[in-house]
Amino acid sequence: MSWISITIAGILTYLTRMTMVALVKREMLGDKLKDVLAYVPSAVFPAIIFPAIFFNDNGSYVEISDPKIFASIIAIVVGYFSRNVIATILSGLISYWIILFF
Amino acid sequence: MLSKKQLYFKGMMDVAPHMLSVIPFGIICGAIGIELGFDPYLVYGMSIIIFGGASQIVFLQLLSGGASSLIAVTSVGVINSRHLLYGAVLSEYLEKLSFIKKLLISYLVVDQGFAESNKFFKRNKTEEYLHYHLIGTGSTLWVCWQISTLAGIILGSFVPEELGLKFAIPLTFIAVVVQDLKKIDHVIVMLTCGISSLLFFDAPFKLYIIISPILALIIAALLLRFKK
Repeated sequence: MSWISITIAGILTYLTRMTMVALVKREMLGDKLKDVLAYVPSAVFPAIIFPAIFFNDNGSYVEISDPKIFASIIAIVVGYFSRNVIATILSGLISYWIILFF
Repeated sequence: MLSKKQLYFKGMMDVAPHMLSVIPFGIICGAIGIELGFDPYLVYGMSIIIFGGASQIVFLQLLSGGASSLIAVTSVGVINSRHLLYGAVLSEYLEKLSFIKKLLISYLVVDQGFAESNKFFKRNKTEEYLHYHLIGTGSTLWVCWQISTLAGIILGSFVPEELGLKFAIPLTFIAVVVQDLKKIDHVIVMLTCGISSLLFFDAPFKLYIIISPILALIIAALLLRFKK
Protein backbone atom coordinates (compact mmCIF):
# COMPACT_ATOMS: atom_id res chain seq x y z
CA MET A 1 0.00 0.00 0.00
CA SER A 2 2.61 2.53 1.08
CA TRP A 3 4.98 1.45 -1.68
CA ILE A 4 2.23 2.16 -4.20
CA SER A 5 1.55 5.62 -2.81
CA ILE A 6 5.27 6.42 -2.64
CA THR A 7 5.64 5.38 -6.26
CA ILE A 8 2.70 7.56 -7.32
CA ALA A 9 4.11 10.46 -5.28
CA GLY A 10 7.46 9.86 -6.96
CA ILE A 11 5.97 9.86 -10.45
CA LEU A 12 4.05 13.05 -9.65
CA THR A 13 7.22 14.68 -8.34
CA TYR A 14 9.18 13.62 -11.40
CA LEU A 15 6.46 15.07 -13.63
CA THR A 16 6.75 18.42 -11.84
CA ARG A 17 10.49 18.37 -12.62
CA MET A 18 10.26 17.08 -16.16
CA THR A 19 7.22 18.81 -17.66
CA MET A 20 8.64 22.26 -18.20
CA VAL A 21 12.21 21.16 -18.96
CA ALA A 22 11.22 18.61 -21.60
CA LEU A 23 8.07 20.04 -23.11
CA VAL A 24 8.57 23.81 -23.22
CA LYS A 25 10.19 25.26 -26.32
CA ARG A 26 11.86 28.65 -26.38
CA GLU A 27 9.30 30.19 -28.71
CA MET A 28 6.50 29.16 -26.33
CA LEU A 29 7.80 31.58 -23.70
CA GLY A 30 7.44 35.19 -24.78
CA ASP A 31 9.96 37.82 -23.73
CA LYS A 32 7.50 39.23 -21.22
CA LEU A 33 7.05 35.86 -19.56
CA LYS A 34 10.81 35.38 -19.46
CA ASP A 35 11.21 38.71 -17.69
CA VAL A 36 8.72 37.54 -15.08
CA LEU A 37 10.47 34.17 -14.72
CA ALA A 38 13.66 36.02 -13.76
CA TYR A 39 11.91 36.62 -10.43
CA VAL A 40 11.34 32.92 -9.71
CA PRO A 41 14.01 32.55 -6.98
CA SER A 42 12.74 35.67 -5.18
CA ALA A 43 9.15 34.49 -5.62
CA VAL A 44 9.64 30.90 -4.41
CA PHE A 45 12.26 30.72 -1.66
CA PRO A 46 10.63 33.12 0.83
CA ALA A 47 7.77 30.58 1.05
CA ILE A 48 10.34 28.20 2.54
CA ILE A 49 12.15 30.86 4.59
CA PHE A 50 9.29 32.74 6.27
CA PRO A 51 7.28 29.86 7.79
CA ALA A 52 10.50 28.22 9.04
CA ILE A 53 11.40 31.39 10.92
CA PHE A 54 8.05 32.77 12.05
CA PHE A 55 6.25 29.55 13.03
CA ASN A 56 6.97 27.18 15.92
CA ASP A 57 6.84 23.42 15.48
CA ASN A 58 3.19 23.48 16.54
CA GLY A 59 2.30 26.02 13.85
CA SER A 60 1.80 29.10 16.05
CA TYR A 61 3.63 32.39 15.51
CA VAL A 62 6.89 32.83 17.42
CA GLU A 63 7.49 35.71 19.85
CA ILE A 64 9.18 38.79 18.41
CA SER A 65 12.10 37.99 20.75
CA ASP A 66 12.55 34.51 19.25
CA PRO A 67 16.23 33.67 18.62
CA LYS A 68 15.40 32.60 15.06
CA ILE A 69 14.37 36.15 14.15
CA PHE A 70 17.52 37.74 15.54
CA ALA A 71 19.76 35.04 14.03
CA SER A 72 18.12 35.49 10.62
CA ILE A 73 18.87 39.21 10.70
CA ILE A 74 22.52 38.45 11.50
CA ALA A 75 22.62 35.93 8.63
CA ILE A 76 21.10 38.45 6.21
CA VAL A 77 23.64 41.13 7.15
CA VAL A 78 26.59 38.72 6.99
CA GLY A 79 25.35 37.19 3.74
CA TYR A 80 24.74 40.55 2.14
CA PHE A 81 28.26 41.79 2.75
CA SER A 82 30.25 38.55 2.56
CA ARG A 83 28.47 37.08 -0.50
CA ASN A 84 29.41 33.74 1.00
CA VAL A 85 26.97 30.88 1.57
CA ILE A 86 28.97 29.19 4.33
CA ALA A 87 29.41 32.47 6.22
CA THR A 88 25.68 33.16 5.92
CA ILE A 89 24.60 29.77 7.27
CA LEU A 90 27.24 29.59 10.02
CA SER A 91 26.68 33.15 11.27
CA GLY A 92 22.97 32.40 11.52
CA LEU A 93 23.45 29.09 13.31
CA ILE A 94 26.11 30.38 15.69
CA SER A 95 24.16 33.48 16.72
CA TYR A 96 21.09 31.22 17.16
CA TRP A 97 23.04 28.91 19.47
CA ILE A 98 24.56 31.78 21.42
CA ILE A 99 21.09 33.15 22.26
CA LEU A 100 19.69 29.69 22.89
CA PHE A 101 22.38 28.45 25.26
CA PHE A 102 23.63 31.54 27.10
CA MET B 1 35.04 27.91 -22.98
CA LEU B 2 35.00 25.46 -20.07
CA SER B 3 35.16 21.69 -20.54
CA LYS B 4 32.41 19.36 -19.39
CA LYS B 5 34.56 18.25 -16.49
CA GLN B 6 35.28 21.82 -15.40
CA LEU B 7 31.60 22.72 -15.52
CA TYR B 8 30.64 19.61 -13.57
CA PHE B 9 33.25 20.42 -10.94
CA LYS B 10 32.13 24.05 -10.79
CA GLY B 11 28.58 22.85 -10.13
CA MET B 12 29.79 20.59 -7.33
CA MET B 13 31.74 23.42 -5.72
CA ASP B 14 28.92 25.94 -6.10
CA VAL B 15 26.45 23.73 -4.29
CA ALA B 16 28.88 22.29 -1.71
CA PRO B 17 28.29 25.02 0.94
CA HIS B 18 24.61 24.06 1.05
CA MET B 19 25.60 20.67 2.47
CA LEU B 20 25.65 22.48 5.83
CA SER B 21 21.87 22.37 5.69
CA VAL B 22 21.20 19.40 3.40
CA ILE B 23 23.09 16.82 5.49
CA PRO B 24 21.46 17.58 8.86
CA PHE B 25 18.08 17.79 7.13
CA GLY B 26 18.64 14.39 5.50
CA ILE B 27 19.56 12.84 8.85
CA ILE B 28 16.45 14.34 10.45
CA CYS B 29 14.32 13.11 7.55
CA GLY B 30 15.58 9.54 7.84
CA ALA B 31 15.32 9.51 11.63
CA ILE B 32 11.75 10.89 11.65
CA GLY B 33 10.61 8.09 9.35
CA ILE B 34 11.90 5.45 11.74
CA GLU B 35 10.53 7.27 14.81
CA LEU B 36 7.10 7.34 13.20
CA GLY B 37 7.33 3.57 12.89
CA PHE B 38 7.78 3.11 9.16
CA ASP B 39 9.67 0.29 7.48
CA PRO B 40 13.31 1.41 6.98
CA TYR B 41 13.30 0.25 3.36
CA LEU B 42 10.22 2.35 2.70
CA VAL B 43 11.75 5.44 4.32
CA TYR B 44 14.91 5.03 2.27
CA GLY B 45 13.02 4.17 -0.92
CA MET B 46 11.47 7.63 -0.79
CA SER B 47 14.88 9.26 -1.04
CA ILE B 48 15.35 7.62 -4.42
CA ILE B 49 11.77 7.59 -5.71
CA ILE B 50 10.65 11.04 -4.53
CA PHE B 51 14.02 12.73 -3.77
CA GLY B 52 12.51 15.84 -2.18
CA GLY B 53 13.25 16.57 1.46
CA ALA B 54 10.29 18.56 2.72
CA SER B 55 7.76 16.49 0.78
CA GLN B 56 9.18 13.23 2.15
CA ILE B 57 8.73 14.40 5.75
CA VAL B 58 5.21 15.70 5.11
CA PHE B 59 4.27 12.44 3.40
CA LEU B 60 5.35 10.33 6.39
CA GLN B 61 3.80 12.68 8.93
CA LEU B 62 0.45 12.68 7.14
CA LEU B 63 0.35 8.89 6.80
CA SER B 64 1.32 8.30 10.42
CA GLY B 65 -1.25 10.87 11.51
CA GLY B 66 -3.94 8.73 9.90
CA ALA B 67 -4.46 10.74 6.71
CA SER B 68 -5.47 8.79 3.61
CA SER B 69 -2.78 8.03 1.06
CA LEU B 70 -4.71 10.17 -1.42
CA ILE B 71 -4.21 13.23 0.81
CA ALA B 72 -0.55 12.34 1.37
CA VAL B 73 0.15 11.89 -2.34
CA THR B 74 -1.72 15.09 -3.25
CA SER B 75 0.27 17.04 -0.69
CA VAL B 76 3.55 15.75 -2.13
CA GLY B 77 2.39 16.84 -5.60
CA VAL B 78 1.46 20.30 -4.35
CA ILE B 79 4.68 20.83 -2.38
CA ASN B 80 6.78 19.78 -5.36
CA SER B 81 4.77 21.77 -7.91
CA ARG B 82 7.32 24.56 -7.38
CA HIS B 83 9.63 22.53 -9.64
CA LEU B 84 7.39 23.56 -12.54
CA LEU B 85 8.67 27.09 -12.04
CA TYR B 86 12.29 25.93 -11.85
CA GLY B 87 11.78 23.91 -15.03
CA ALA B 88 10.31 26.90 -16.85
CA VAL B 89 13.39 28.96 -15.95
CA LEU B 90 15.85 26.19 -16.84
CA SER B 91 14.13 25.23 -20.11
CA GLU B 92 15.75 28.22 -21.81
CA TYR B 93 19.24 26.94 -21.00
CA LEU B 94 18.56 23.26 -21.63
CA GLU B 95 16.66 23.57 -24.90
CA LYS B 96 19.52 22.29 -27.06
CA LEU B 97 19.59 18.94 -25.27
CA SER B 98 17.99 15.87 -26.79
CA PHE B 99 14.62 14.79 -25.41
CA ILE B 100 16.16 11.78 -23.64
CA LYS B 101 18.81 13.94 -21.96
CA LYS B 102 16.09 16.33 -20.85
CA LEU B 103 14.17 13.44 -19.32
CA LEU B 104 17.26 12.28 -17.44
CA ILE B 105 18.48 15.65 -16.23
CA SER B 106 15.01 16.56 -14.94
CA TYR B 107 15.36 14.03 -12.13
CA LEU B 108 18.20 16.13 -10.70
CA VAL B 109 16.32 19.45 -10.50
CA VAL B 110 16.15 20.35 -6.78
CA ASP B 111 15.92 23.64 -4.87
CA GLN B 112 19.56 24.37 -4.04
CA GLY B 113 20.82 22.93 -7.32
CA PHE B 114 18.39 25.04 -9.30
CA ALA B 115 19.34 28.13 -7.28
CA GLU B 116 23.09 27.77 -7.83
CA SER B 117 22.96 26.56 -11.44
CA ASN B 118 20.50 29.29 -12.39
CA LYS B 119 22.91 31.89 -10.98
CA PHE B 120 25.73 30.37 -12.99
CA PHE B 121 23.64 30.12 -16.17
CA LYS B 122 22.67 33.79 -16.00
CA ARG B 123 26.34 34.80 -15.98
CA ASN B 124 27.59 32.23 -18.53
CA LYS B 125 24.91 31.98 -21.18
CA THR B 126 27.37 31.20 -23.97
CA GLU B 127 28.96 28.08 -22.48
CA GLU B 128 28.32 25.10 -24.71
CA TYR B 129 27.99 22.38 -22.06
CA LEU B 130 26.06 24.49 -19.55
CA HIS B 131 23.98 21.52 -18.44
CA TYR B 132 27.04 19.87 -16.88
CA HIS B 133 26.85 22.50 -14.17
CA LEU B 134 23.31 21.38 -13.35
CA ILE B 135 24.42 17.74 -13.35
CA GLY B 136 27.20 18.76 -10.96
CA THR B 137 24.89 20.49 -8.48
CA GLY B 138 22.13 17.89 -8.82
CA SER B 139 24.28 14.78 -8.47
CA THR B 140 26.17 16.23 -5.51
CA LEU B 141 22.90 16.93 -3.75
CA TRP B 142 21.62 13.47 -4.70
CA VAL B 143 24.60 11.62 -3.25
CA CYS B 144 24.59 13.65 -0.04
CA TRP B 145 20.85 13.21 0.34
CA GLN B 146 21.11 9.42 -0.05
CA ILE B 147 23.96 9.14 2.44
CA SER B 148 22.44 11.45 5.02
CA THR B 149 18.92 9.97 4.97
CA LEU B 150 20.49 6.51 5.19
CA ALA B 151 22.58 7.67 8.15
CA GLY B 152 19.43 8.98 9.85
CA ILE B 153 17.63 5.69 9.25
CA ILE B 154 20.45 3.52 10.58
CA LEU B 155 21.82 5.66 13.40
CA GLY B 156 18.63 7.47 14.43
CA SER B 157 18.62 11.17 15.19
CA PHE B 158 22.22 11.30 16.39
CA VAL B 159 22.17 15.06 15.84
CA PRO B 160 20.75 16.36 19.12
CA GLU B 161 17.39 18.00 18.56
CA GLU B 162 18.25 20.85 20.97
CA LEU B 163 20.74 22.16 18.40
CA GLY B 164 17.79 23.14 16.23
CA LEU B 165 19.60 22.25 13.01
CA LYS B 166 16.31 22.50 11.14
CA PHE B 167 17.01 26.21 11.26
CA ALA B 168 19.80 25.67 8.71
CA ILE B 169 17.10 25.25 6.03
CA PRO B 170 15.80 28.84 6.03
CA LEU B 171 19.43 30.00 6.36
CA THR B 172 20.44 28.11 3.22
CA PHE B 173 17.72 29.86 1.24
CA ILE B 174 18.51 33.24 2.79
CA ALA B 175 22.01 32.75 1.40
CA VAL B 176 20.48 32.10 -2.03
CA VAL B 177 18.35 35.26 -2.26
CA VAL B 178 20.24 37.71 -0.04
CA GLN B 179 22.09 39.47 -2.88
CA ASP B 180 18.78 40.31 -4.55
CA LEU B 181 17.87 42.46 -1.54
CA LYS B 182 19.82 45.17 -3.37
CA LYS B 183 16.96 45.51 -5.83
CA ILE B 184 13.77 47.05 -4.56
CA ASP B 185 11.56 45.14 -7.03
CA HIS B 186 12.99 41.85 -5.78
CA VAL B 187 12.45 42.92 -2.18
CA ILE B 188 8.78 43.60 -2.93
CA VAL B 189 8.42 40.21 -4.64
CA MET B 190 10.11 38.42 -1.72
CA LEU B 191 7.92 40.16 0.86
CA THR B 192 4.79 39.30 -1.13
CA CYS B 193 5.77 35.66 -1.21
CA GLY B 194 6.92 35.53 2.41
CA ILE B 195 3.90 37.29 3.89
CA SER B 196 1.43 35.27 1.84
CA SER B 197 3.16 32.06 2.89
CA LEU B 198 2.41 33.03 6.51
CA LEU B 199 -1.19 33.99 5.72
CA PHE B 200 -1.96 30.85 3.69
CA PHE B 201 0.07 28.48 5.85
CA ASP B 202 -3.03 26.63 7.04
CA ALA B 203 -4.48 26.12 3.56
CA PRO B 204 -5.10 22.42 2.79
CA PHE B 205 -2.49 20.23 1.04
CA LYS B 206 0.30 22.72 1.85
CA LEU B 207 -1.02 24.90 -0.94
CA TYR B 208 0.80 27.92 0.51
CA ILE B 209 3.97 26.60 -1.13
CA ILE B 210 2.59 27.35 -4.58
CA ILE B 211 -0.04 30.05 -3.90
CA SER B 212 2.59 32.44 -2.52
CA PRO B 213 4.98 32.18 -5.50
CA ILE B 214 2.10 32.68 -7.92
CA LEU B 215 0.96 35.82 -6.08
CA ALA B 216 4.55 37.03 -5.95
CA LEU B 217 5.00 36.48 -9.70
CA ILE B 218 1.79 38.40 -10.41
CA ILE B 219 3.24 41.29 -8.39
CA ALA B 220 6.49 40.89 -10.38
CA ALA B 221 4.55 41.16 -13.64
CA LEU B 222 2.83 44.33 -12.40
CA LEU B 223 6.17 45.81 -11.32
CA LEU B 224 7.62 45.14 -14.77
CA ARG B 225 4.73 46.99 -16.30
CA PHE B 226 5.35 50.00 -14.04
CA LYS B 227 9.03 50.02 -14.92
CA LYS B 228 8.31 50.48 -18.61
